[in-house]
Amino acid sequence: MPATAVAKPENGRNKGIFHNTAGFSTLITVTVLSLAWLAGFASRLFAVIRFESIIHEFDPWFNYRSTAYMVQHGFYNFLNWFDERAWYPLGRIVGGTVYPGLMITSGTIHWILHALNIPIHIRDICVFLAPVFSGLTAIATYLLTSEIWSRGAGLFAACFIAIVPGYSSRSVAGSYDNEGIAIFALQFTYYLWLKSVKSGSIFWSICTALSYFYMVSAWGGYVFIINLIPLHVFVLLVMGRFSQRLFVSYTVFYIIGLLLSMQIPFVGFQPIRTSEHMAASGVFALLMAVGALKYLHSLNPKGQWKQLLIVGGFLAAVAVFLVVVLLTYMGVIAPWSGRFYSLWDTAYAKIHIPIIASVSEHQPTTWSSFFFDLHVLVCTFPVGLWYCIKNINDERVFVALYALSAVYFAGVMVRLMLTLTPVVCVLAGIAFSILLDLVLREDEMCPPPVESEESKSLYDKAGKLKKRPHETPNGASEAGLGMNVRSGTLIAFMILLMLFSVHCTWATSNAYSSPSIVLASYGNDGSRRILDDFREAYGWLSQNTAEDARIMSWWDYGYQIAGMGNRTTLVDNNTWNNSHIALVGKAMASNESAAYSIMTALDVDYVLVIFGGAIGYSGDDINKFIWMVRIAEGEHPKDIHEADYFTERGEYRVDSEASKTMLNCLMYKLSYYRYDSGGSPPGYDRTRGALPGNRGFKLTYLEEAYTTEHWLVRIYRVKKPDEFNRPRLPVAKRTISTTNSVSKKLAIGPGTTTSKRRKGLLKNKPTVVKGKKVARLE
Amino acid sequence: MTSLVSVIPKLYQEYTTKTPKKLKIIDAYLLYVFLTAVIQFVYCCLVGTFPFNSFLSGFISTVSSFVLGVCLRLQVNPENKQEFQGLSAERGFADFIFAHLVLHIVVVNFIG
Repeated sequence: MPATAVAKPENGRNKGIFHNTAGFSTLITVTVLSLAWLAGFASRLFAVIRFESIIHEFDPWFNYRSTAYMVQHGFYNFLNWFDERAWYPLGRIVGGTVYPGLMITSGTIHWILHALNIPIHIRDICVFLAPVFSGLTAIATYLLTSEIWSRGAGLFAACFIAIVPGYSSRSVAGSYDNEGIAIFALQFTYYLWLKSVKSGSIFWSICTALSYFYMVSAWGGYVFIINLIPLHVFVLLVMGRFSQRLFVSYTVFYIIGLLLSMQIPFVGFQPIRTSEHMAASGVFALLMAVGALKYLHSLNPKGQWKQLLIVGGFLAAVAVFLVVVLLTYMGVIAPWSGRFYSLWDTAYAKIHIPIIASVSEHQPTTWSSFFFDLHVLVCTFPVGLWYCIKNINDERVFVALYALSAVYFAGVMVRLMLTLTPVVCVLAGIAFSILLDLVLREDEMCPPPVESEESKSLYDKAGKLKKRPHETPNGASEAGLGMNVRSGTLIAFMILLMLFSVHCTWATSNAYSSPSIVLASYGNDGSRRILDDFREAYGWLSQNTAEDARIMSWWDYGYQIAGMGNRTTLVDNNTWNNSHIALVGKAMASNESAAYSIMTALDVDYVLVIFGGAIGYSGDDINKFIWMVRIAEGEHPKDIHEADYFTERGEYRVDSEASKTMLNCLMYKLSYYRYDSGGSPPGYDRTRGALPGNRGFKLTYLEEAYTTEHWLVRIYRVKKPDEFNRPRLPVAKRTISTTNSVSKKLAIGPGTTTSKRRKGLLKNKPTVVKGKKVARLE
Repeated sequence: MTSLVSVIPKLYQEYTTKTPKKLKIIDAYLLYVFLTAVIQFVYCCLVGTFPFNSFLSGFISTVSSFVLGVCLRLQVNPENKQEFQGLSAERGFADFIFAHLVLHIVVVNFIG
């Protein structure tokens, strides 16, 4: 972290001094960017240092598993991979339902390193991919900001994005997820887009389209790009800022980008079939119409073309809109999907798609998390935005739109904080750069009052002599600022930046660096205890169950069971089949016998539940249980009623006052079966702070197979029908009558018969000699 | 409305006299590409879209050829000199070739 803290003041100061010495500013740029890369990389390593080089959380396990598959079996086999270990009995076509950009990226790195004879394991590449890409993101942000404002602002933005918690939350070492590389692709695409709008060159547009292609291959968030860029174009048109450069850059980008995006199997024909992509085609048609009208206008500049142009453009817009609406009604274009609806109507998911609402990162963002993730940037970015709008040009319209839309989306769900973070860094970088420009420019007129210039005094003089005549008029306008005010401001902002980097390090280290499959707890004396129950359980599964055993668990743990336990799962984090998940939810919410019939129907061999009552782990299945009930109720409203699981006063509790349905459902029983740990009194549930209401029960249809050290993961085996439905006999009566002659014979049999005879060998085997008759067997 | 009808022959006259020969060649190419797109579209309306990716790649390749042609025309037009600063006609043509390279690699991949 000290690296960036040093880098920031350095860049701001030197920008003013060495303004016109190109070589020196390049050197500083390169230094600051590489320091930002280093700092960003280093601050993301907490998880590796504290725990180990391991893949985190849930989705990364699937990404890792498919990357390993791709490296082992090759790219084409990966694209055609049918995974029969997931979604039993349905299976999953992985190649067609995944964004392959992440796997291809790490697979390519693996291939290159192996071609150079560096034998690195694919897991290490996966673990360190996101931190490495954070450096590339910093560079892309630098480029973007320097397109919008200046190089100094770019350096600030690069330093901010390298360490800001809002981004590092998704890109710490081990969190091997799409977002880690997608933010780089996002920023780089925007940079290239601005570049092509500025220059109007086909080359940059093609580069934008290629970068967009990479983004499409990496993350579903590409929809953000394909709506934001048309929005930018549309707003420019409305503002009367149409130019031929805009025409060239957008039309080329759109058509090539459209074609490229359809090359990803998962995306398929969506870009021409769904409403999410229609804004882009509408703007394309509109731009074509406006371009044609403008051309006609240029042929004959006289006449009432002005009105015709406006009317024509307006008519074209209306026509395009009507065509899209008509096609949607005719069913040619699919309407907005539920996930996108929930962005506009925040209550939509809660009512219609409980499976989306159940995910914690889809909840609305709280105010405090804005500050937690962005710290001082959230207060300063409006300043940058204001300056951008004040000195508006084509590029700054873009960044303003980017900021406004991203703020809205970040407010809707926590997860989209990630799209807000880059633009906040850009705008805050601009704000800080303006501020330092203002404060430090005058330092050159009077001798620098703050901070010793030490070794640089020699260069300082040379720069100063040259600059003074240029700077004086500028400085005179700011003469109202006293020296004390200036130095005070400077010191205050340096302290702010320092606090920012301290906060970033702290947040990354404490909030975002937990692998969540290995937990750590701290004793009173500060000693650290590692709770490795998840891996213990998955290891047990992989060692002690049949190769094709089917494990039922809630969908959160599907990827981990497949990745670490290498066993077949019923549902996983892909959540593509809601009714299948609802069936599992129903099994968990029913009583034991009803659950048993569902489990036999699904061929379940083992049931896995997460129970945090013994150690006070709050993310366990009982706390998630209410979502299982809701999802199950959505598909099976006759059998499951959410109200049954609450007390009469509408409370969700597990103690003796809980409802009867709750106390007898499978999830409850599997969690509290034989549970006697958790402090005094024994069997106390520390997570919910209650003594379970139903204790000492027996299980009929399942038996406990394994419970981990801290009771965190509990695995049960589903009994076969012959194991529970025969009457239990006392041991004394368990003799079998042996009067039957057949059984007698059999009992003697094995002792007397020779092993030769049992194998079915021929005695007196005839030897065959060519040309002679075979001797007959008697 | 009447003014619009009367203006069309005037526009044609303006076009024939004012446009350089180079641009007229590009316009002829654009017309050809446009007609190709129309033929493909009519064919698909009559026969059906069955190999949808083939139809799409064919149709999009003509549309993008058209777009690229228009862009090339804009960039080499001497009237637009100050609009595209730093982009010579040769650079425009090189970009055009590069774009076609990318486009047709993708089209060949997509056509199936």
